[in-house]
Amino acid sequence: MFIGYFTERPYQDQASGFFGATGKPIMDLMVSNDVYDSHLAADLYNRFLDEKLYAEEMGFDGLMLNEHHSTPFCMGGAMNVEASILARITKRAKIVLLGNILPIWDDPLWLVEQLSMIDVISRGRLVSGWVRGTGRESVAHNIEPHHNWERFQEAHEFIVKAWTDPGPFRWEGKHYHYRHVNPWVKPYQKPHPPIWLPGVVSRDSLMWAAEKRIPYIMLATEMDPTKQAFQLYHDAAAEQGYESGPQNLGYLWKVHVDETEELAEQAGRKYVQGPSNPFLAGNEGTVNPALANLPGLTSRRRVLPTQAVATAARGGGGGVAGVLGRPYEQQIEDHTIICGTPKTVIPKIRHVLEYLRPGSIFFWDGDGAMTHEDAMRSLRLMGEEVIPAVREIAKDLELPGPFEVDPATNQPIPPEASNGASAG
Amino acid sequence: MTTTSGTWTEEILELAGTKVQMVKGGSGSPLLVLHDEMGHPGWLRFHEELAKHHTLYIPSHAGFGGTGRLDWIMGMRDLAGWYLEVLDDLGLGQIDVMGFSLGGWLAAEMAVMCPDRFKKLVLVGPAGVRPTQGEIYDMFLVVAKEFITTCFLDPAKTAEFQQICPDEPTPEQMEAWEVAREEACRLSWRPYMHNPSLPHLLRRLKNTPTKILWGKQDAIIPLSAGEGFQQAIPGSQLSIIDDCGHRPEVEKPEEFLSEVHQFLSSP
Repeated sequence: MFIGYFTERPYQDQASGFFGATGKPIMDLMVSNDVYDSHLAADLYNRFLDEKLYAEEMGFDGLMLNEHHSTPFCMGGAMNVEASILARITKRAKIVLLGNILPIWDDPLWLVEQLSMIDVISRGRLVSGWVRGTGRESVAHNIEPHHNWERFQEAHEFIVKAWTDPGPFRWEGKHYHYRHVNPWVKPYQKPHPPIWLPGVVSRDSLMWAAEKRIPYIMLATEMDPTKQAFQLYHDAAAEQGYESGPQNLGYLWKVHVDETEELAEQAGRKYVQGPSNPFLAGNEGTVNPALANLPGLTSRRRVLPTQAVATAARGGGGGVAGVLGRPYEQQIEDHTIICGTPKTVIPKIRHVLEYLRPGSIFFWDGDGAMTHEDAMRSLRLMGEEVIPAVREIAKDLELPGPFEVDPATNQPIPPEASNGASAG
Repeated sequence: MTTTSGTWTEEILELAGTKVQMVKGGSGSPLLVLHDEMGHPGWLRFHEELAKHHTLYIPSHAGFGGTGRLDWIMGMRDLAGWYLEVLDDLGLGQIDVMGFSLGGWLAAEMAVMCPDRFKKLVLVGPAGVRPTQGEIYDMFLVVAKEFITTCFLDPAKTAEFQQICPDEPTPEQMEAWEVAREEACRLSWRPYMHNPSLPHLLRRLKNTPTKILWGKQDAIIPLSAGEGFQQAIPGSQLSIIDDCGHRPEVEKPEEFLSEVHQFLSSP
């Protein structure tokens, strides 16, 4: 079992008017950065880095980052900057990027260099995930949505070649063109850092991951459709002629642990307050239906069961503006939020692990309107009680992570070869 | 297969190596009609009137309607180059052309490449030239219905508005809009709805009589873009229709037809 920690790094500004349960609605790309307070942001960036350091100390295997653009719900507009800092200030945990938005890079050679530097400085602790990005990302960086999937695939092929093949070489593709590829930094890990793929929407992406034997991580999706999507991956793997297992699949969801049930509920309700990602199930915020359906961004026909749920929630087909948020109580009911004391949380986590059988999990905490103190209390209790218990459960349920069993071969990886990152 | 309805037919023709959906109707000298970014809106009153004096050829552009997508087309100039072969294969010789919005941009790109192919040009609120004041409305940040509604100054007073944008569009209509938006996106995403080199090439139309028509209250492409077209094409005429948005052919059909008749029938 690989256990990671995630927060989306929301821009929490009480003075902005966009914060809190009764705050102004946050519509995609409709919040002017005129309200941005750089001094407050300095505190927040440093807070989130401090929490990552503490998460490593508390025994997490991975520190996960993500990236969004021009939005207050995620301050990681240049995630690789945060990853670079973590490469230097942490010692053991994997730095899990889920992920770089491949299609929006006009110059993926720069991405090759940045990621190689992070891998080298961290002495081989980078996990390099790719995403396709939401419509917001295509608009913010003005990249053709209709070529999103083509650019994703070509950038991936290019990056892997630049990481592994001796330079210099030429690249004359459809979307990328280079006369001299010879980056003077190569990855620490050989042949290259692990590549993972997180997702919520696209069937094409999931099938691609299965075909490439790349672990697939479902992000905060509801349990039943997540299980169906996992089964799609296993079926696709069987068609490709290999056996996939828990090591190929990951799940991120909201878990908060606290000292009392009362404190846990107080903090847990903050998940759905404050700026939070309207694209993921169970968050508040208004989705711009045009941005959610930019022309050609995702195949309208080849979506995952998880997205079928999301579009139904928006009024069907995404053509009607709506709010994706589900009430806190409903999320508690269906385990997409788990919060409580270690005693009540551990059996619920066991239920999720039994039902979905992922080899990697990420606890999404410290988000929405949660304070640093909320996050730190939870991290401490996760380290002291929850993580050790989850490792036992994972052993009991036979849920190996991708550093224990090779996702490409289904063969055990000797502990020394995995850099000792996963304690099992 | 050919669909016939009153004065027009619709068929799939093999042109320029591709299956092209073609609506054809009327009688008289040929007039090529190039549809806008939402695709051919169906046979409307202005078509009916124009068809009394011209044989209308209304192809669906590559990737729109029933015409196949050409994956190699990466922008408007690629489409224009391909379209010239469509005209070769139609074998109509020198013809008049009328283009609406994105179709007006297409007409301008084709004409500057090959001015001898065109007798007269009618550009109705064409994209392609960046306005000096204001910006071109971003159709991709709103859903199809909102975009179409914004094209009109007063949808409620526009007789055919419900026909092209019904309150309850059918699933087929929604799908056609999505297909059109995707293809429009492929042609116009970056730079959005214009080509910085086009104004410099438009001078080549100095011997091609050109009429530019603009709704004064156009909320999609500001009027200053029309002035830019007029200044770039020597001898061109800009006619501004008052109390009218981006679709004068639908919102003010009388004024539109009067301008067009006068221009096309003059020697």
